[in-house]
Amino acid sequence: MSVPAGRPARPPVAVRFDRVTLTYPGAPAPALRDVDLEVGEGELCLVAGPTGSGKSTLLGAVSGLVPHLTGGELAGEVVVVGVSTRGTPPRDLAHLVGHVGQDPVAGFVTDSVEDELAYAMEQLAVPAPAMRRRVEEVLDLLGVADLRDRPLRTLSGGQAQRVAIGSVLAAGPRVLVLDEPTSALDPGAAEEVLAALVRLVHDLAVTVVVAEHRLERVVQHADRVVLVGRDGRVRDGAPAAMMREHDGAPPVVELARAAGWDPPPLSVRDARRLAGPLAQALAGHEPPLPATPGRTGGPPLLRSRDVVVVHGTGAGRVRAVAGVDLDLHAGEVVALMGRNGSGKSSLLWAWQGSGPRARGEVGVLGDGAAMDSSVGRRRWWQRRPAAAAGGPGAAARGPTGDGRQDPGALPPAGARALVGLVPQTPGDLLYLPTVGQECAQADAESGRPRGTCRALLDEVAPGVPDERHPRDLSEGQRLALVLAVQLAATPRVVLLDEPTRGLDEEAKRRVGQVVRELAAQGRAVVLATHDVELVAAAADRVVVVAQGRVVADGPTAEVVASSPAFAPQTAKVLAPQPWLTPQQVRAALAAGPAPGAEPAGDRS
Amino acid sequence: MAVRVLFRVLFGGTGLGSGPVVLDLPRVPLPDLVSGVTLLGPITAGSLLAGVYEGLRLAAVLVCVGAANCLADARRLLRAVPGALAEVSTAVVIALTSAPQLVDSVRRVRRARRLRAGSAEGVRALPAVLSPVLADALDRSLSLAGAMAVRGYGRTAGVPRRTRRASGALLVAGLLGTCLGLFGLLDPTAGAAAGVPVLLAGAALAVLGLRLASARVRRTAHRPDPWGGPEWAVSAVGATSAGAMALAAALDPAALAPSTAPPVWPEPSLLGLAAVLVAVLPAVLAPRRGGVSSPARPAGRASEGESSPARPAGAASPLRGGAS
Repeated sequence: MSVPAGRPARPPVAVRFDRVTLTYPGAPAPALRDVDLEVGEGELCLVAGPTGSGKSTLLGAVSGLVPHLTGGELAGEVVVVGVSTRGTPPRDLAHLVGHVGQDPVAGFVTDSVEDELAYAMEQLAVPAPAMRRRVEEVLDLLGVADLRDRPLRTLSGGQAQRVAIGSVLAAGPRVLVLDEPTSALDPGAAEEVLAALVRLVHDLAVTVVVAEHRLERVVQHADRVVLVGRDGRVRDGAPAAMMREHDGAPPVVELARAAGWDPPPLSVRDARRLAGPLAQALAGHEPPLPATPGRTGGPPLLRSRDVVVVHGTGAGRVRAVAGVDLDLHAGEVVALMGRNGSGKSSLLWAWQGSGPRARGEVGVLGDGAAMDSSVGRRRWWQRRPAAAAGGPGAAARGPTGDGRQDPGALPPAGARALVGLVPQTPGDLLYLPTVGQECAQADAESGRPRGTCRALLDEVAPGVPDERHPRDLSEGQRLALVLAVQLAATPRVVLLDEPTRGLDEEAKRRVGQVVRELAAQGRAVVLATHDVELVAAAADRVVVVAQGRVVADGPTAEVVASSPAFAPQTAKVLAPQPWLTPQQVRAALAAGPAPGAEPAGDRS
Repeated sequence: MAVRVLFRVLFGGTGLGSGPVVLDLPRVPLPDLVSGVTLLGPITAGSLLAGVYEGLRLAAVLVCVGAANCLADARRLLRAVPGALAEVSTAVVIALTSAPQLVDSVRRVRRARRLRAGSAEGVRALPAVLSPVLADALDRSLSLAGAMAVRGYGRTAGVPRRTRRASGALLVAGLLGTCLGLFGLLDPTAGAAAGVPVLLAGAALAVLGLRLASARVRRTAHRPDPWGGPEWAVSAVGATSAGAMALAAALDPAALAPSTAPPVWPEPSLLGLAAVLVAVLPAVLAPRRGGVSSPARPAGRASEGESSPARPAGAASPLRGGAS
């Protein structure tokens, strides 16, 4: 059932699925249905599809983890480099297939980089001299030679991912399977990982099967794209052909659709070659100016002055945030960007008041209704709390008279009514057995009438069943539930830490919409994210942090367009014109060839 | 030591022990229910001295454990276990690695709880913390199991079932024998004559079983730890020290356990003293931490275990530290 591949000669087959149907025990429908698939040797095969569609199942079937580790019934046959996975457990396939899971750190067995690289070879009883040679080769191949003696827990995300790839590669597999290798990484680290993968494909002819939501990062390197549908059916073909109608195609493809380029280019480089006429057609237009209500007046909702966050003590002391002055205004969406470990999360937690803060002031303007005297202390300049609620100074709004409060000096319930934070792993906040109970609990916690949280959840993500267990929700639904729980306390400042991590294209678009809606209701919203496309579509203002300091702060178009790491694909294609999203371009084209500064459509 | 002596003062005032009464405290009357326990009362010098000795013994054991810990890296020790126990050692390594991860996870969830203003305290807060942490730990162990499986963990070299059974039986018999032998040795009523042969036979059986079982596991070691001069020297020192101490105890038991009734000034036994002094030698003999195979550790980013290149100052005879 595969779409014609568009390639005349196929290389020898490395992975073959022969009418594979896989059903997990107790599942109403198979996770994979009638899959026929052939991946040639030395191909980079990209597996895409919505969350919960069976991408991970497909990858697991290649490495034998499905069904040997996960259980489930496998009909048909998966053959990897001539060996059927049916009768061979994954441990006996180790020299043929390597599998790197979604969280590379969870798969580490030893505690130092070199030992981790050697682990697989020790299990395969590779003689020591050959092992030493191979460890050196892998260190060089993945560019981790300078990390060889480092303890694994000190590695950054990108480094850990490359070491994890190296640890399976050291066994010399012909096929490498990777589950979302770049979804947690900042753009720079993702580039490093992808460069390493491309080198493996080109130099060693390793077959790479990679699942990824961030199509814009990977599709240009792919030789073949496999789309897994929600029903478990699979289509595959050449990337350009598959992307032509795909719903969650990267921006460069959407740009191609708007401009009528066919076949669509897959990389910024290819698109730039075609972009001449488009740039001319757009020359007279101006992208719509971002609405920045905060700049038009009114006091900022959150004011932070000289905020410093220090983690650890003694030699391990790290200044995660080193003096941040920022104002957040009502109605604006601010994107907080920067490398992994640049202090974004620490800053969010310090603003919310639940994380540590060594120095500095945070003052938040509350919603009057939520600020009854039971909430706690009012003196916002006070440093870390003595935690006791109901300070005697509750009657006054603080000596400055501007009504600001420091969430760090308030008890949790008070802090939460000022600033709502959705952490990186939203599941940490959920502990009850059903969605309905979580919602009821949230209403009780924030002193709201019953049903408030449920109504909010229906606004954010309609149709989440009440009796479902939170762990069984999709990533997007779980995020929505936690957001609803936090919104129940009516905070006017909402902070989202990496909200699009692990979300598929559709869920990501919904996050963008929700964020705009929240801002339209007069809230200040902050997104700490690596997702440049989300930022381009949803943020008014971008703040870039590096080593705990603000290095850039300004309107999205200004900050992002000039940055090689943070520019969205549309901006890269149409530079120096300041377009950020394909939607802007489409709207401008639809407005006709009218020259002059005519505002062209809405941004979101 | 101080705690030990304090206990003696608090509960030991029975007038037991002998020697002059150093502290005459009034006895606190207790109900008959706890008739075995006395509170305060007259304290004799002998009783105090016994408390000091007991404290010293405990301190010596602690110092020995600490010294052994300084001397040997637990992870390196695990690497040296025979192949048959490789699976056990992997389990221990994983436990060592996942403990801090679990702590991290608990910290993260507790912090997240503040975000929701969870008001429950104590036991009632338990589900809110436990449920995400356990789910997290389960997820992680599943992915770890997967990661280990795809890297060939648990491959066997195709040894016939009979050999496997034989090695298992040998191991169990050997361990049983060793236990019985030790019991015989330590139990004075059984007599050393019965203990030693059983112990030796048990140990031999266990070694045989381990060797057989090791053949079943086909693995190699990336950087096998060398067992060279320093390692031999340290082990020899430990054995010497223990032997000398045992000899001293056999020759002159009174010198190693000075009497507290009546209290006498302890007389140092030359042999015992020598045994303790020998045990200090590993301070200079011990191999450097961090392994001989990787001498060039970058200075900046060493792990805590390796960041203190100072050699252990303590002695390392884990058998007997010098109770006198």
